[in-house]
Amino acid sequence: MADVTFTVDGKKLTAPAGTLLIEACRKAGIEIPAFCYYPGLSLQAACRMCVVRQEKVPKLQTACTTTVAEGQVFITESEEIAQARKATIQLLLGNHPLDCPVCDAGGECELQDMTFKYGAGESLYAEAKHHRDEQQWSPAVFYDRPRCILCYRCIRMCGEGMDVWALGVQNRGVSSVIAPNILGTDGGSNQLDCEQCGMCIDVCPVGALTSGSYRYKTRPWEMNHVSTVCTHCADGCKVTLGVRQTGDGAEIIRSDNRDKSGINGDFLCAKGRFGFDFVENPERLTQPLVRNSEGKLEPATWEHALRFAAAKLKEVRDSKGGAAIGVVGSNRTTNEENYLLQKFARTVLHTNNIDHERTTDYAAFARALAGHKGKTASLRDIAAAPAILLVGGNPTEEHPLLAWLLRTNVRLNRARLYVANTSPIKLDRQAAATQELPPGGYKDLAAFLDLGKSDFSKAVLAEESLVVIFGQELRGPAVERLVQWGLKRGNVRFAYLGDHANSRGAADMGLFPDLLPGYVPITEPGAFAEYPNLPAAPGKSLPELLAAANNGDLGALLVVGANPVLGLKTDPATLKDTFVVVQDLFLTETAALADVIFPAASLYEKSGTVTNTYGDLQMVRKAADRPGVKPEFEILVRLAGAMGVDVKTLVPFGTGAVSADLGQSRGVQAGEADRHAVWLEANGIEPRLSPFDPFAILDEIARLVPGYAVDRVNLFGANDVRTDPGAAPGFVPVSALTGADLVAPAHDGLFTSAALGRYSPALRELERHQAHELAETAAD
Amino acid sequence: MPRLVSHPDEVKIVSRRFGKGAANIDRYIELGGYESAKKCLEKGPDWIIDEMKASGLRGRGGAGFPTGMKWSFVPKQSPKPKYVLVNGDESEPGTCKDHLIFLHDPHAVIEGTLIAGLAIGAKIGFIYLRGEYRYLLDIMEKAVADAYSKGFLGKKIFGSKTEFQIITQTGAGAYEVGEESALMESLEGKRGVPRIKPPFPAVVGLYGGPTVINNAETIASVPHVIEMGAAAYAAVGSPRNGGTRLFGLSGHVERPGVYELPMGYNLKKMIYEVGGGVCGGRTLKAVVPGGSSTPVLLPEEIENLGMDFDQVGKAGSMLGSGGVVVIDDQTCIVEFALRTISFYQHESCGWCIPCREGTDWLKKSLTRFHAGFGEAKDIDNIQYLAENMLGRTFCPLGDAAAMPTLAFVKKFRKEFEDHLNGKPCPFARHVEMAVV
Repeated sequence: MADVTFTVDGKKLTAPAGTLLIEACRKAGIEIPAFCYYPGLSLQAACRMCVVRQEKVPKLQTACTTTVAEGQVFITESEEIAQARKATIQLLLGNHPLDCPVCDAGGECELQDMTFKYGAGESLYAEAKHHRDEQQWSPAVFYDRPRCILCYRCIRMCGEGMDVWALGVQNRGVSSVIAPNILGTDGGSNQLDCEQCGMCIDVCPVGALTSGSYRYKTRPWEMNHVSTVCTHCADGCKVTLGVRQTGDGAEIIRSDNRDKSGINGDFLCAKGRFGFDFVENPERLTQPLVRNSEGKLEPATWEHALRFAAAKLKEVRDSKGGAAIGVVGSNRTTNEENYLLQKFARTVLHTNNIDHERTTDYAAFARALAGHKGKTASLRDIAAAPAILLVGGNPTEEHPLLAWLLRTNVRLNRARLYVANTSPIKLDRQAAATQELPPGGYKDLAAFLDLGKSDFSKAVLAEESLVVIFGQELRGPAVERLVQWGLKRGNVRFAYLGDHANSRGAADMGLFPDLLPGYVPITEPGAFAEYPNLPAAPGKSLPELLAAANNGDLGALLVVGANPVLGLKTDPATLKDTFVVVQDLFLTETAALADVIFPAASLYEKSGTVTNTYGDLQMVRKAADRPGVKPEFEILVRLAGAMGVDVKTLVPFGTGAVSADLGQSRGVQAGEADRHAVWLEANGIEPRLSPFDPFAILDEIARLVPGYAVDRVNLFGANDVRTDPGAAPGFVPVSALTGADLVAPAHDGLFTSAALGRYSPALRELERHQAHELAETAAD
Repeated sequence: MPRLVSHPDEVKIVSRRFGKGAANIDRYIELGGYESAKKCLEKGPDWIIDEMKASGLRGRGGAGFPTGMKWSFVPKQSPKPKYVLVNGDESEPGTCKDHLIFLHDPHAVIEGTLIAGLAIGAKIGFIYLRGEYRYLLDIMEKAVADAYSKGFLGKKIFGSKTEFQIITQTGAGAYEVGEESALMESLEGKRGVPRIKPPFPAVVGLYGGPTVINNAETIASVPHVIEMGAAAYAAVGSPRNGGTRLFGLSGHVERPGVYELPMGYNLKKMIYEVGGGVCGGRTLKAVVPGGSSTPVLLPEEIENLGMDFDQVGKAGSMLGSGGVVVIDDQTCIVEFALRTISFYQHESCGWCIPCREGTDWLKKSLTRFHAGFGEAKDIDNIQYLAENMLGRTFCPLGDAAAMPTLAFVKKFRKEFEDHLNGKPCPFARHVEMAVV
């Protein structure tokens, strides 16, 4: 639309014709108050707070429904307008309980802010207020009608935003209430049958909808807010963790993204919003355990455990060689930790026997794209793409943010979504066209589309620009075929759906027996030449490692944040002759077999970067602080140090390559600086940059890992930056890769998150609510 | 069946067939029915709209928007189907005219709908009856079925190539649905709350198609306008206010009832001659001229008041839906205000804050005030509240509650003051009403 010029409060503003006045003003820094208006949702004009005076119009107009046109003149603040807003607040407060001192929203309540601004300080109302008892709709959502101002944000968010439509209005007039979709009969309570995302709580401008995990826990101003990345699925939502100091550390009390920064804006799903409580699970490991002579695990000091593990690893390496040692990396540790782990394996343990629990065939994807830069689609690309082909996968369950962005893109930008799947998925509701595929039909999809016979393929082929998103159903040659089809078409970009917070990072950082970081083949001449002792031959994959252990050929196994015993359904006896070192949060099935266990920090307790499944790189920041645990990065450095390695060869700290510690080790990671200083002094190292600071290794990653030379300023500014697997050098035919059959998708749903989900009481409770309570209600 | 009243001053146009058995289609035809529709089918849309404009017919629902003008706003070409929608959600207290039309002359509504459909090029018309008028639905449905069987409705009306269908529907008992956009929501099966305007129904209406919504009386007048000719119809009323109007005369009046009088008829004459004066020869205290939402008028304000949209507007009130409520000197105005606001409090849909909270607050305050627990500042508070609802609400319901309240407080402040200081209501026979 052409730009128009109009006047607001005497200022000339310009905006495209048809822009909502409230938005045009916000862009120009003129704040117009509103309760019901919410960007991206349908208009209500119900709260009447955004009233403004438009020249030549007799009545006050609502800025949320007025579209700007050439020459219009508006006044947004005047005595008359302030009086109108004040009166509206007075009316609202007439029935409001004014229980601000105990209300969760107290201190961050839009009604409080407006009352403060417009000064409805005196009550004219002498009548009894309406009262209704508070209702609990689910473990996550509570509703307090007296506090509710009926702005309908929750209803619209649930319906339009989430496409769940679980909320509505009951009764009329002053008796109106927000009601969930399962109404209690015979005195039973109302229940909410939904995705339990908590978006309704998030958008509530007052304290009417409160969160089961946060209510009555704290006052907002007692928290610090740390912006980091969610540790659950592979979409990589930014979360703002509300953290409160405790006697011995810092606890997470709340998770949301109210500053709307990041790729997810204000969106979070149930896992992101409520699933942080695994951190506080009493089963957390908080001190190292070492198996004693009686075969029992017993607590040990860090020093003893490190020395013990280091001596044993060194012994195996020196006596049997690196080939007798295996390393299993994690889908959920940071890129820096994964990079360091493979470097540790390859240069300290002298082995290529490194792998991780593969949930997606990123290797095939990267190799198929090799040499074609800029062909992957970031979440931002997907959010703005005019056309999207979704092949396989079920984003609503497994990639809530992707599903949100697709729905939003279709709803607000009229993007065309094409869904090809072997079974119906919920996103079919947003699809311009769907194509049901026969079982196993994904591999032939490219050929089917090229035939152009069906309406579906005609529509897809008619798109000038396309983002192709495909699920884990496609692996190996099927990935290659689809990618080649797209590359041939030209204006096509790709995204490959995986599990877990940093599965993509684990693959990108080379946790493969045959591929180095950046999917560089181990056989590539001159690759990573600066690595000392880099073995030339590919190592063993994870199943091969376990087989070797079974045959008694594996002397030692280092497992970092993984649970192969459960994942690969391994017989515990397999590892009886292997020295097993585990770094993890909990005593998992694998950890239970270990000889040494190091208690590790979760993603919420450390700094670094993670890469989501779309290749968006984001920084994680330490939020919680749990005494006794250490980040994997530090554990690895200390382990190497205990093995007698010159730590500077592993982490190039203090070399001048990184001239400062970027504030990480002393700033956000409060408390670490002291430990760091003690360690430095003990090792006679100049106190300039901590070897435990994961950012010390960023330069090396940027230099050595193809696709990771990223925009550092934006990364540290907590923005998402792009990585590019297409930068992988050399040529390896996808058919020559051996990984496709090792891929085992986790298919985590809305309330499951592999190991972490098991230890999250909130997620377990939500799952139980959805599975049992509602089923019982239905049965009644 | 309600007793029909009549008076020599009446000009029977819309009520011409009342009491003559015209609900029977053959009788309706005998009385000249469906001739206007046939004529319109012959003459075409432009002619119909010109006739309507020339007749000066203005919407009888309350706003008084010129009907011909409204029809002309509907785009000629539309990718979506166009609709005619008859608003029979007659719910304003004091208004009781449409139900007589549905009862006595259902075919006039059908014929009017058909003509409106021809004028705008719609193929479907909806007749929406108030939820409480469910008993009239049988009559309407029978009439529609008869019209189909005669071939007046259907794929080929009157043997032509033109199609027109009529569907009847009742509401679920919400005053709010009388607001045109809320009516469309209700008809679409949704919660009856109003829509944001623009877009106006003539552009985006029912199911997103261009829609003409007319009051049932307006629609029932249409065949008569065609029959009489625009000029003859316009000549009946006052300037810019063509034709007659069904006035529902109620309250403390000797001969209450629905009278069809020319637009511009003197209100005082209506009360004292047509209505036979105030009950029992008592004194007139005030009169509500156009349904409960219109500001009350004092006896001195109606001396020379002609009942048309413009004159009543000039007098500071509104012609509204033509429900004239006569109030005698035995009436407690505070209680009258309370009863009025109780209705709007009950009917507020709850969509917007000023109406939802304001009507409730007013009702509670007036209840307490009337019960003798008021304070002097309450009078100011009531006025302040009503002033701050006026013009600030999403739809006119808030105004409908605020306007009469303001008028009561302003014009009868003394009577409010008489309730102060624990004094019993001066009209104590009503005191049992105080506990609402």
